[in-house]
Amino acid sequence: MNDGKRTPGSGGSASRGSSGGPKKPFLRRRKVCKFCVERVDKIDYKDYRMLQQFVAERGKIVPRRISGTCTQHQRRLTRAIKQARQIALLPFAAEL
Amino acid sequence: MNRTYELVFIVRPDLVDDEADKLVTGLETAATGSGATLRKTERLGRRRLAYRVRGFREGNYVLFDLETQGPEPIGELQRRLRISEPVIKFLAVRTDELEKRVEKNRRHREARLARRPAPAAPSAPESVAGEHAEPPAAV
Repeated sequence: MNDGKRTPGSGGSASRGSSGGPKKPFLRRRKVCKFCVERVDKIDYKDYRMLQQFVAERGKIVPRRISGTCTQHQRRLTRAIKQARQIALLPFAAEL
Repeated sequence: MNRTYELVFIVRPDLVDDEADKLVTGLETAATGSGATLRKTERLGRRRLAYRVRGFREGNYVLFDLETQGPEPIGELQRRLRISEPVIKFLAVRTDELEKRVEKNRRHREARLARRPAPAAPSAPESVAGEHAEPPAAV
C-alpha cells in the first residue's frame, strides 16, 4: 500500500535524484515475512527474545506494513505477543 | 479427542527453594489427581518480569505440559493456582490445535519435498523448453 503511494511520486524522486545521486526510481527494498523465509510454523509466546523484535520501544506491536510480516504470521505473532504479555514476559506498555 | 495444554505459572521469588519444590510437587499431584497426565514439568527458572506483579520485579517460572480428556482438569488447576498464595500469575494455553496445524504444515512440506527431488533438476530447463515448445505448437 505504502509502496504504491511512494513509487509514483516521480516528481519528488527526480528532485531527490539530482541531490542524492543516481537513485532516481527510488526502489524500496521489498519486505519479506521473516517467518515465511525461515519456515517457522510455530510462534511460541515463551520465546520472548524473538518476539521483542516485533515490539516497538514502547511495547507496541509493530504493524505489518512496517515489519513486512505476512497476514497469517502477523496474526499468530500478535497472539503470541499478547500471551507473553499476560505472563509478564513482555510489557503491556514499557516505561521510558 | 485428547487435548494438550501448557500451563505456565510464576512463583514469588522470595519463596525458599524447598517451599517452591513442595508447591510444584503439590500441583503436580493435583494435576494427575484431577485426570490430567503430566507430560513434562519444566523449571524455566528465575526471570525478570516485564512489569511489576504484586510488587515483585522477578519471578520463578514453572511450565507444565499436560494432556487431558476434557477441559475440567485445567479448570481445577486454575482454581488452585488462584487460591495458592505464592503463585503470583499463571497462564493456560491449549496447544493441541496448534500442534495439529504445525504437524499438518510439516507433512505438507515433506510431501512437496518428496515430490520435487526427482523432477527438481530437470524441472527448470523443462519449463524453459516448454515455453519454447509452445509457440510452434500455436503456429
